[in-house]
Amino acid sequence: MSAETTPAAAAVSDVSLYDVDNPAPLIEAPRKRTKKTPKATRTNFELYGWLFMRLSGILLVVLVLGHLLIQLVLDGGVSKIGFAFVAGRWASPFWQAWDLLMLWLAMLHGANGLRTVINDYAERDTTRFWLKMLLYTATVFTVLLGTLVIFTFDPNIR
Amino acid sequence: MPAGTLYRGREGMWSWVAHRVTGVLIFFFLFVHVLDTALVRVSPEAYDDVVATYKTPIVNVMEYGLVAAILFHALNGLRVIAVDFWSKGPRYQKQMLWTVVGVWVVLMAGAFYPVLQHTLRTLFGS
Repeated sequence: MSAETTPAAAAVSDVSLYDVDNPAPLIEAPRKRTKKTPKATRTNFELYGWLFMRLSGILLVVLVLGHLLIQLVLDGGVSKIGFAFVAGRWASPFWQAWDLLMLWLAMLHGANGLRTVINDYAERDTTRFWLKMLLYTATVFTVLLGTLVIFTFDPNIR
Repeated sequence: MPAGTLYRGREGMWSWVAHRVTGVLIFFFLFVHVLDTALVRVSPEAYDDVVATYKTPIVNVMEYGLVAAILFHALNGLRVIAVDFWSKGPRYQKQMLWTVVGVWVVLMAGAFYPVLQHTLRTLFGS
């Protein structure tokens, strides 16, 4: 019987391989913190992301459904929309603030949702990395463009 | 080959799938929507030109689809919050999903004419 079969059998035939102080080969504990463990995994980022989805979601239910009601349901639906309609609404700081808050919350909520989807389905490390870089670039661009448009809107542009 | 090994899920899984699909669709629309609205900084004509696309019958029907996706995502999102934070949420998740579907059907029926009136008027006269 060889030493590889069982420690008990080995203990009988070959005392030097395993003894009372060294009964089995050393196995590193699972999830043990080593020098290789990235520091980033020690934050609560995912917890805050999870909480943000729920808090922003509640606000977005009011902001987005109100937006849909005004734009697509009341007063003739899509028929009335045009430059003059936008100018009329953005003359009020209330609707500017509404749209600004909706833009930021919806973009961050959507970006975090897509981040989750990418993490779930893109299995290759490089694919996942580049898809998320594309997502973050598009998100930053869209949020900044939208913010700029709301703050610099000029009803007398022409 | 053993029969019935493919997990087809139930209310919980399919509502999760629908939440994902509607979420991704809404995000892509939001991206386009910020771009088209940014045209108000170019000229009134450029903005009104792109809004004319939103008034064509096909895109008008897509707007009704957008309302459908947003309403489901919003109502099911509130259900997810109830499952997470209400102590009896997980026990009543199925009943809450059918409530979501019921409210969704009522709101979609109510939104049918207001959202599609532009197309209904142009196609069938006022």
